[in-house]
Amino acid sequence: MIDLNNLTIEKAHNNIKTGKYTSVDLAKAYLNEIEKKDKDIHAYLEVYDDVIQQAQQADIRFKNGNFTKLTGIPFAIKDNILVKGKIVSSASKILENYHASYDATAIEKLKNAGAVFIGRTNMDEFALGGSTEKSAFGVTKNPHDLNRVPGGTSGGSAASVASNTSLVALGSDTGGSVRQPSAFCGVVGLKPSYGSVSRYGLMAAVSSFDQIGPIGKTVSDVQIVFETIKGKDIHDGTTISDDTYEKVRIGNKKPIVGIPSFFMNMGGIKKEVLDNFKKCIEKFKELGFEVIDIDLPNASYALPAYYIVNFAEVSSNLSRFDGVKYGLHKDGKDIIGDYFETRGYGFGKEARRRILLGTYVLSSGYYDAYYNRANLLRQVITNDFIYAFKKVDIIITPTTPSPAFKIGEKNNDPVSMYLEDIFTVTANLTGLPAMSIPSGSVNIEGKDLPLGIQVTARHGDENTLFEFGKVFLGEN
Amino acid sequence: MITKQEIEKLANLARIKVNQDEIDSLASDIGSILSYVDEIKKVNMNIDSKANIGAINNVFREDKSISSTPETIQAIMNESPDREGDFIAVKKIISQD
Repeated sequence: MIDLNNLTIEKAHNNIKTGKYTSVDLAKAYLNEIEKKDKDIHAYLEVYDDVIQQAQQADIRFKNGNFTKLTGIPFAIKDNILVKGKIVSSASKILENYHASYDATAIEKLKNAGAVFIGRTNMDEFALGGSTEKSAFGVTKNPHDLNRVPGGTSGGSAASVASNTSLVALGSDTGGSVRQPSAFCGVVGLKPSYGSVSRYGLMAAVSSFDQIGPIGKTVSDVQIVFETIKGKDIHDGTTISDDTYEKVRIGNKKPIVGIPSFFMNMGGIKKEVLDNFKKCIEKFKELGFEVIDIDLPNASYALPAYYIVNFAEVSSNLSRFDGVKYGLHKDGKDIIGDYFETRGYGFGKEARRRILLGTYVLSSGYYDAYYNRANLLRQVITNDFIYAFKKVDIIITPTTPSPAFKIGEKNNDPVSMYLEDIFTVTANLTGLPAMSIPSGSVNIEGKDLPLGIQVTARHGDENTLFEFGKVFLGEN
Repeated sequence: MITKQEIEKLANLARIKVNQDEIDSLASDIGSILSYVDEIKKVNMNIDSKANIGAINNVFREDKSISSTPETIQAIMNESPDREGDFIAVKKIISQD
């Protein structure tokens, strides 16, 4: 029996390398776990039929000596990242039977490294939501309490890592979609600096916010995956290289920690989250970190500015689904009628709502008041962070204002669902890298629900996130 | 805040069919979302300026295809709902009346 609960990439790699077990054994162990657990959790929309063949290929690479740390490592992939020849649906009826015609750059890099793809994971349709309840194909449950959501939009990926039905996973993060489910499920999730990881082959939600990000049980696992998938890509003109941003560090030995206390105390944050965060600040100090209070004067405008840009870009990006080029087609009385029928039937409620909102904020007469103003605010908030990074190396907040909420709890109030993203959207607005790491749990109704803290660093400085995360979690 | 007529107009612009019984809930949801994001109107700033977002500007490459092979073209064509040979088929755009 392989101990999946305490498995890391490093351990699995060493065990395969020394012949303790094979990639095929490991793949079988995960398939077995899926068989046992996933009918309750529903992290996967599809388990691929060629997992064992992929693992056999990985074992051949070990035999031939051309292996990497990721050879034979089982991955779960969010259903909006293209794997050539496989169905990829963004959990939408409009793409239910769509086959990817090419590999996303991140997938190509993982394939070159010899990774094994177990299947595609559930998400909010087109990455619009915060709970994975907005999937067209059923909700995913939180492995820590099956009555609660796993978070979203990468809820399937986070739930799969947390329930040991994959060792690591890829998600995508537009406003917190990797970090918030990682916090709710008690795992580590990274939103890289904008441009670090190519968006080629990631279905566009908000092109100026989207980043593919890894989810794992340890900071080291997340780091190994990130270092494999990052890099400049000819297919994505917004990708950056290692020297795009200057490397700066203020703290001599350890990074200096900034806490935006005012932002934290503006209300709407659950007491158990604040209590946990206070304990974390004590722990930072015990671990020898210098902790400084910082000000982010415009941070409270981040959420409304984020959503305006989100609506605008989502409505533009989803205009490509017209029932002509690919995906679902529904017949109307003429070609325009085809569009109305296809889009009306194919898009779920949240997607339709955001398309209408985007159409509104981009329409003439409202453009300056909403979209242009939101983009200017984006600049103002980015400047606030850059100013704060003159005094500190990392900025820490809770990842979410509450632990995982109950399935259905926020269904009738879209604004309360949006407020979940209060701490996470700033990293997408500013393009800064941010990572959620587990910070303990709180017992509610007899269940231990995980909590997370979010660490944000300067542009291009993921390394400081990894350094801090390993010290905080006691990883070597 | 937002009327049913405005919702119908937006749905028409966005080419989305919405059912009459859905319009009420859309109007109320969209109304409350808009009143929330209206928060940003309180910020005092010069809105004549243009924002400069992102670290990368003017990325150029040769104007030629870098990824299409006959196989990818066929794979893409195979995903179209209706095709005739190497063309995607749609309904007639010009009618007699």
